[in-house]
Amino acid sequence: MKKFHLGGKDFESRLIMGTGKFSSVEVMIEAIKASGAELVTVALRRFNRERPADDLLGPLTRLGITLVPNTSGARNAAEAVRAAQLGRELSGSPFVKVEIHPNPHHLMPDPIETYEACRELAKDGFIVLPYMPADPVLAKRLEDVGCAAVMPLGSAIGTGQGLSTAEMVKLIIADSGIPVIVDAGLRAPSEAAAAMEMGCSAVLVNSAIAAAGNPPAMAAAFSAAVKAGFSARVAGLMSRCDHAVATSPLTSFLAGA
Amino acid sequence: MKIILNGHSQDFKGAETLGQLLKDLDIVPERVAVMVNDRIIPKAGRSEFGLNEGDRIEVLTFIGGG
Repeated sequence: MKKFHLGGKDFESRLIMGTGKFSSVEVMIEAIKASGAELVTVALRRFNRERPADDLLGPLTRLGITLVPNTSGARNAAEAVRAAQLGRELSGSPFVKVEIHPNPHHLMPDPIETYEACRELAKDGFIVLPYMPADPVLAKRLEDVGCAAVMPLGSAIGTGQGLSTAEMVKLIIADSGIPVIVDAGLRAPSEAAAAMEMGCSAVLVNSAIAAAGNPPAMAAAFSAAVKAGFSARVAGLMSRCDHAVATSPLTSFLAGA
Repeated sequence: MKIILNGHSQDFKGAETLGQLLKDLDIVPERVAVMVNDRIIPKAGRSEFGLNEGDRIEVLTFIGGG
């Protein structure tokens, strides 16, 4: 499979995994292994002396994957930039997922603050991956300020409503010179395959794996779906047709019998 | 000496440097990011970084997130 080129680096896997909502660190680690993900998102929080086992840096470092700290919790560009700098200091990774969602009810990304944060972080040498509304105009503006990819939402975070933004994501892909990664809202592996068939370069999945009955098995299912969708895209899907086109010959040798 | 650690005011005796404070708290320095008064203190500069009364210190770590 063609390598996934992102931020000047090559990856085998086109499935990026989030690490939230898992029932335990052990289940999360098994799911990451089963997913084959090489890029994994993490969040920053205040150190909690009562719960040292929550610290994921050690277990994730041992997996040899690339960490993508997010800026979750930031309500504006200045907070996101600060969170990104702290994430880089801790992870040693130049990747950052910019997410600025001021309203906890819908968690929709703030396009203005996201744009400002991305502009500043790209100038500072980060490999910037913005979580963004599925807006083709904003996607182009984010590309122009130096983002390494754009990550439009499929639907609201954690809802499992699937690719409700499919038509907008198609417009983003058609116009984009950088990878498009659907992030948020996916529930089923078939939706991940659909995103890849559409031309996405990768997908980011968290809740659909973490909240599955068997997270490692679901991670493997998403991995297979992403590979299938990408292979189908490369193979070239047939054109749609408004009328039936026979696959068997319609010669009339039976008519005269 | 009073230090505001992760939003809570606490009294730390003998913690003259950031390195000493982290040690007193049993924190592995490589596992955390640290800000003092909104300034990020890189890992290399922590052991000698002097603390003052009323400093606001944030100690942060990675947890699960999407």
